[in-house]
Amino acid sequence: MRLMYFAWLREKVGVSEEQAEPPAEAVTVGQLLDWLEGRGQGYADAFADRTIVRVAVNQEYVTLDHPVAAGDEVAFFPPVTGG
Amino acid sequence: MIRVQSEDFDLGAELAMLTRGNHGIGGLCSFVGLVRDMAGDAAISAMTLEHYPGMTERELERIEAEARARWPLDATLIIHRYGRLQPGDQIVLVAAASAHRQAAFEACHYLIDFLKTRAPFWKLEDTPDGGQWVDARASDDKAVARWVDHDNPGHEKAAE
Repeated sequence: MRLMYFAWLREKVGVSEEQAEPPAEAVTVGQLLDWLEGRGQGYADAFADRTIVRVAVNQEYVTLDHPVAAGDEVAFFPPVTGG
Repeated sequence: MIRVQSEDFDLGAELAMLTRGNHGIGGLCSFVGLVRDMAGDAAISAMTLEHYPGMTERELERIEAEARARWPLDATLIIHRYGRLQPGDQIVLVAAASAHRQAAFEACHYLIDFLKTRAPFWKLEDTPDGGQWVDARASDDKAVARWVDHDNPGHEKAAE
């Protein structure tokens, strides 16, 4: 699974992207976040307030109950501020 | 057409290219967003725009397609820059051309409203206190809500 982080989430996590093999029980975005939060303080800080974390799976916006699978591209970022 | 680029753009040249050869176009409306030198009380010396390559293009193409399905448009253009910009620099251009002005004005407004809430860009401002990520604005969500029919969820409001 390819994980990507943008803006201040990237700064807190410390990398812009990484390959990861989450446990089999992480079948939704929310469960993937539960697992990521346990990987270190940077992850815990980045995901402390899930209401301001936006998620895209394979470049489509999704909610926390959306399924994730091996081979997916999962991106985490704050609310967007373009324009 | 949509473009995501670090380079600046020439507004006049872009608009001329957009309408060239189509004399059925009677109205062309454009919006250009610029880097301000102030954010609240903080002076801004520069701004860095980060984006999500791939998803950015997909979202912009989708927003453009939605506008073209909603109004009778002859041409549309979205250009959005990324990278480090200075106060006064151009950030974004949206333009819509149609036979008549109402569709051109409304589509242009729609394009920028949806771009601001959906296209995956983030702004980092250089302030005297260091880098500050720009927060999303509730007013941007309200601007988009204006286009959606709350009495009929899932359907957008008819043009007024």
